[in-house]
Amino acid sequence: MAANPLVNAPARPGPPLWLLLELTYRCPLHCVFCYNPTDFARTGAEIGTDDWLRVLRQARALGAVQLGLSGGEPLARDDLEPIVAEAHRLGFYSNLITSGVGLNDARLRALKDAGLDHIQLSFQDSTQQMNDFLSSTRTFELKSTVAALIKQYDYPMVLNVVLHRLNIDHVEEILEMALRFGADYVELANTQYYGWAWHNREQLLPSRSQVERAEQTMKGFRERVGSRMQIYFVVPDYFERRPKACMNGLGSIFLTIAPDGTALPCHAARMLPGLEFPNVRDSSIEDIWYGSASFNHFRGDAWMKEPCRSCPEKARDFGGCRCQAYLLTGDPANADPVCDLSPHHHLVTEAVVRAERPVADDPRQGPEEKPLVFRSARNSSRLFPSRDEN
Amino acid sequence: MNQPVVDALSRPAVARGFRLQWEAAQNAHVLLYPEGMIKLNTSAGEILKRCDGATTIADITVDLERAFATSNLSEDVIRFVAFAVEKKWLQIPS
Repeated sequence: MAANPLVNAPARPGPPLWLLLELTYRCPLHCVFCYNPTDFARTGAEIGTDDWLRVLRQARALGAVQLGLSGGEPLARDDLEPIVAEAHRLGFYSNLITSGVGLNDARLRALKDAGLDHIQLSFQDSTQQMNDFLSSTRTFELKSTVAALIKQYDYPMVLNVVLHRLNIDHVEEILEMALRFGADYVELANTQYYGWAWHNREQLLPSRSQVERAEQTMKGFRERVGSRMQIYFVVPDYFERRPKACMNGLGSIFLTIAPDGTALPCHAARMLPGLEFPNVRDSSIEDIWYGSASFNHFRGDAWMKEPCRSCPEKARDFGGCRCQAYLLTGDPANADPVCDLSPHHHLVTEAVVRAERPVADDPRQGPEEKPLVFRSARNSSRLFPSRDEN
Repeated sequence: MNQPVVDALSRPAVARGFRLQWEAAQNAHVLLYPEGMIKLNTSAGEILKRCDGATTIADITVDLERAFATSNLSEDVIRFVAFAVEKKWLQIPS
């Protein structure tokens, strides 16, 4: 009884193939581009080991197979090893996504014994100075030591470097550093503007020429080193004309569990207004994935507005990112303004134009209009005072 | 980097960092690797699950021909293994 042939009722979705556990929001680093919510300090208490183990069993039974262990810094949880062991027993492919802080020889041995499959190590820059500035810590040397340790334990070495205005001109040096460490994969992840990165967007968004130079450098490097080091370049979507197929559509393959047990169709989705996301303390993963209103909300395309609803490309990009639509336009059902068919596209192009101002020689003392805000519990509480402090 | 030669006497193995497993929920073999997954079709899955680093392509082919009551698979198997080596799913231990 489809009244409108252009609107597809959501079919029963496939399983949540990708499970991301954000084990904690605690983190020894204070990165200015972190995607964690800026109000993380008021998140409820972390769920316990038994809760995480139950989530693993229930999600695996539905067909989840890729497991991300992230945060915050997942090593801040002292039950990471039993969580990894259970994931291994269940047949997950486990990925530890870490700053490296807390990863010593004893812990790496225990994680290896538990069956951890892969470690992705983040760097903030190729220089100690900028790495330590961006994370507001002294961690560059430590990360270098951890990189060697990861090799020693025969893991594929995957480095992740988030790129933005303050380090994107160092792509050559970053790739040289990765080669020196013997990296198998390098992810050059242009900043996505959510959480702390959104708060700091004006100071982090690179100029178009910076992005183009970085991409050229990356391509030249790729040709030179061949296949011994694979380089991924996560496209900076502000410079595109079509949006990314974010999460392959919400509720399609990704399931995130936040530190307090809230289940989300994307790690940033808690910001979306009008949706009550379920908690793994109260509901099974099956009920959450297939039965909850919030997970069903953005499935299919009945929620779409024009120009998406009648757009032939809606099956390819699902209208882009709901969180980006909300952050930029105030309505998560709007087209992602990255799309040049969006009536709000000017919000993106204006930000890009503002980013054309000269990049300071020393960006730490640049003529930026407002200071960078570092991710910390203190800054989070300052931005979002809890009710009893009011 | 030169590609290793793939012939009937090669003994391919699933590459380091990759894991092959059967996924009932997808009704398919999948190849898992850092933050990624490849869903394999039936023939790819049947070939890859025999690549244990000890068995030669010749023996893998014989086994497949027996299992599926067919013949003349040799070229197809070599072609697929060469493709999988290029993709880095398989390695040929030297």
